[in-house]
Amino acid sequence: MYRIASKTCLNPTVTQMEIVAPLVANKALPGQFIILRVDEDGERIPLTVAGVDKARGTVKIIFQIVGATTELLNHKNEGEYIQDFVGPLGVATHTDGIKKVCIVGGGVGCAIAMPVAQEFHRLGAEVTSIIGFRSKDLLILEDEFRACSDKLIVMTDDGSYARHGNVTVPLKELLEAGETFDMIITIGPLIMMKFVTLTAKPYGVPVTVSMNPIMIDGTGMCGGCRLTLVRDGKRITKFACVDGPDFNGYEVDFDEAMSRGRMYFDYERHAHEQVCNLLKGAN
Amino acid sequence: MALHPKKHEMPTQAPEVRAHNFDEVALGYPVEIALEEAKRCLNCKNRPCVAGCPVNVNIPDFIMKVKEGDFEGAYQIINQTSSLPAVCGRVCPQETQCESKCTMGVKFEPVGIGRLERFVADWHNANSKEAPKQPQTNGHKVAVVGSGPSGLTCAGDLARMGYHVSVFEALHTAGGVLVYGIPEFRLPKSIVAKEVETLKDLGVDIETNVVIGKTLTVDELFRAGYEAVFIGSGAGLPNFMNIPGESLKGVYSANEFLTRSNLMKAYRDDPHTPIQKGGRVAVVGGGNVAMDAARTALRLGAEHVYIVYRRSMDELPARREEVEHAMEEGIDFRLLNNPVEILGYNNPDDPRDPKNGFVTGMRCIRMELGEPDAKGRRRPIPIEGSEFTLDVDTVIMAIGTSPNPLIKNTTAGLEVNGHGGIIVDENGLTSRKNVYAGGDAVTGAATVISAMGAGKLAAKAIDEALRG
Ligand SMILES: Cc1cc2nc3c(=O)[nH]c(=O)nc-3n(C[C@H](O)[C@H](O)[C@H](O)COP(=O)(O)OP(=O)(O)OC[C@H]3O[C@@H](n4cnc5c(N)ncnc54)[C@H](O)[C@@H]3O)c2cc1C
Ligand SMILES: Cc1cc2nc3c(=O)[nH]c(=O)nc-3n(C[C@H](O)[C@H](O)[C@H](O)COP(=O)(O)OP(=O)(O)OC[C@H]3O[C@@H](n4cnc5c(N)ncnc54)[C@H](O)[C@@H]3O)c2cc1C
Ligand code: SF4
Ligand code: SF4
Ligand code: FES
Repeated sequence: MYRIASKTCLNPTVTQMEIVAPLVANKALPGQFIILRVDEDGERIPLTVAGVDKARGTVKIIFQIVGATTELLNHKNEGEYIQDFVGPLGVATHTDGIKKVCIVGGGVGCAIAMPVAQEFHRLGAEVTSIIGFRSKDLLILEDEFRACSDKLIVMTDDGSYARHGNVTVPLKELLEAGETFDMIITIGPLIMMKFVTLTAKPYGVPVTVSMNPIMIDGTGMCGGCRLTLVRDGKRITKFACVDGPDFNGYEVDFDEAMSRGRMYFDYERHAHEQVCNLLKGAN
Repeated sequence: MALHPKKHEMPTQAPEVRAHNFDEVALGYPVEIALEEAKRCLNCKNRPCVAGCPVNVNIPDFIMKVKEGDFEGAYQIINQTSSLPAVCGRVCPQETQCESKCTMGVKFEPVGIGRLERFVADWHNANSKEAPKQPQTNGHKVAVVGSGPSGLTCAGDLARMGYHVSVFEALHTAGGVLVYGIPEFRLPKSIVAKEVETLKDLGVDIETNVVIGKTLTVDELFRAGYEAVFIGSGAGLPNFMNIPGESLKGVYSANEFLTRSNLMKAYRDDPHTPIQKGGRVAVVGGGNVAMDAARTALRLGAEHVYIVYRRSMDELPARREEVEHAMEEGIDFRLLNNPVEILGYNNPDDPRDPKNGFVTGMRCIRMELGEPDAKGRRRPIPIEGSEFTLDVDTVIMAIGTSPNPLIKNTTAGLEVNGHGGIIVDENGLTSRKNVYAGGDAVTGAATVISAMGAGKLAAKAIDEALRG
């Protein structure tokens, strides 16, 4: 069992927790993730390591409440326990030789992007961050990004805060104006990552995308997290949990990934409703 | 006394009943039948059956004890060589091992050695009240990676010798393939859980949620004071066929399908983990894994389940009993067929059609068997122009697994062969000092009994190395 050392609501649908897991805290690097189960019989879900405190042995996670399991997790309070917490999994984000980086985050993807931005900042790279949200009340981590970015651009889809529009708009402006980056790292909804990649393509800037397929074990055993890369015309199968989650954006078959992500759509909606009803009953 | 020419049948749930539940299919011998079956053993002087068992269980002696009605005595004899008789009695491919060598089998059916072994183990589990003695500790610490049959056996043997053993398991439940792969209806999870409890009673620490190579490395285990490490991490990496359509929704690896059903309990009415239920299912492959996936799909409510296998019935590698059970349950065997493509739904007018990307069928080609190859297996050859389509909405790939490279990639100096199997000597020692390995991690996908045997061998070698 793993104790919840702290819990903070970042916005109505995004929560931050610190979990006591010293072995994971000791090892985790930016870009890696953990898998947790809230309770016995619960589902295994992957969440990115948003930070660690080695001295306290805690691992920070930031999650959006989207379905049954995240709802149940959000129902737990400081001092309570979750059943399982395993990690760090996946390959850490490559930072070697990157002096100038652009981080493009969308929605809760910003939580996944934040530790990566912080790491580049710590390594002395020049960091430009573009973070986008649907609207003002979904904004998270603005201060954290400001602290680790040389330049920060905040976007909202509906114009309720900062600049109006989506993240590809300022990215294109920067590239058009002759700005160069050693790497663009983008984390967020698949559709956003696809368009960030397409935006960068004419300028020849390398793009790393962070893939979030449905996972179970996270150790390469089930193959459920597989995705297809197209390299030199050949289709190659990769497992996001062990080969990723970071991949070369120009190689990823986004359309297939989007289709696979919707495999359990009806089931998930149903399960979420059930849990909501259950929790309502408990309150 | 006239000899019964046939093995005594083991009572089973009726096919039409069991096809809809996850309870155990074979119910085991009652005492009277076990006594009768034991009488069929001739107690051969040259003991051919023993040589057929990968760990040389002392078969005639244990069967003599059964004959005498001394079931606990029989258990103690098996236990000298096998730590998991309740498991092996159920899942060993006896027809190619112990029973294939049985003298009775020359003229009649062989003695039901596996069934008797299962009987004895179940009797012991139900009747023995003896709590395991906490052994005198010898102060040495050993780490075991993986809690499958090889790891559990190695840990148990070392603990009984007085070692302090910690087992590190990546998943949230201990047991390896015995819990995430082999379904409840063939191996009840309570049997595996009991083995794990016994280890805990012996003082073994079971640390779930630790991925060696990620959470901790082998080198860190040594730094933490473990003097030897046994790697029993299995062969969990699923193979795919690399044919078009394998990324469509509704295509699973057998590992994913079985994990969702077994470990994540998707077979229950109200699971947290979803699985595609019902519909028409094709399972590709002919081993135990394929049989388990097919029969699980059936129990989850599939209308029709095919086994698609590219060779013929004679080459089917699954245990005979499972094949028979699967047929009785109505699994449709499409032999000498090989998939070439999986077809998916695509609505050209509406890219947002929710049905887009789901499986609608599988193109197969008929095969014929050519000349035997060097190993004597007849090679399947496609018959040109014989393609046809099976209407299915779920495809499960059960075409084998390979050892996971995670530990190799994070352990300097650990040598593996071309298939990713860890290279060991005759004592299970790897290319790294004090690092041992065994089971599927070494051999590639094999059997429970050979994994168990490897765990035993390594425990003995570790003891000799550490106490010299
Ligand atoms: C490597 C990785 C890192 C991730 N990091 C974070 C993070 O830091 N913060 C965060 O909020 N979310 C993160 N996610 C997504 C998170 O795992 C899902 O939101 C979560 O599993 C949803 O579970 P649920 O039961 O609440 O929702 P469900 O009802 O199961 O699903 C709701 C929606 O979430 C998506 N989803 C479902 N299961 C998964 C899954 N296993 N992986 C990805 N998406 C899924 C589906 O598109 C679905 O429509 C990450 C995913 C991956 C693969
Ligand atoms: C569906 C199915 C049906 C089968 N049916 C039969 C049968 O009827 N008869 C038979 O004899 N055999 C059968 N087998 C084969 C048999 O189960 C295996 O040969 C046997 O389990 C191998 O044992 P093992 O100890 O080597 O590894 P496994 O049982 O694979 O256990 C390995 C364990 O190590 C863990 N692990 C892996 N990597 C790490 C890591 N880095 N850190 C920590 N832990 C890790 C895994 O999670 C797993 O729990 C079947 C296999 C399957 C999949
Ligand atoms: S362990 Fe397996 S092979 Fe050996 S005697 Fe028992 S059933 Fe036969
Ligand atoms: S070979 Fe058969 S009959 Fe002979 S001892 Fe072994 S089990 Fe008994
Ligand atoms: S999550 Fe199972 S292989 Fe990646």
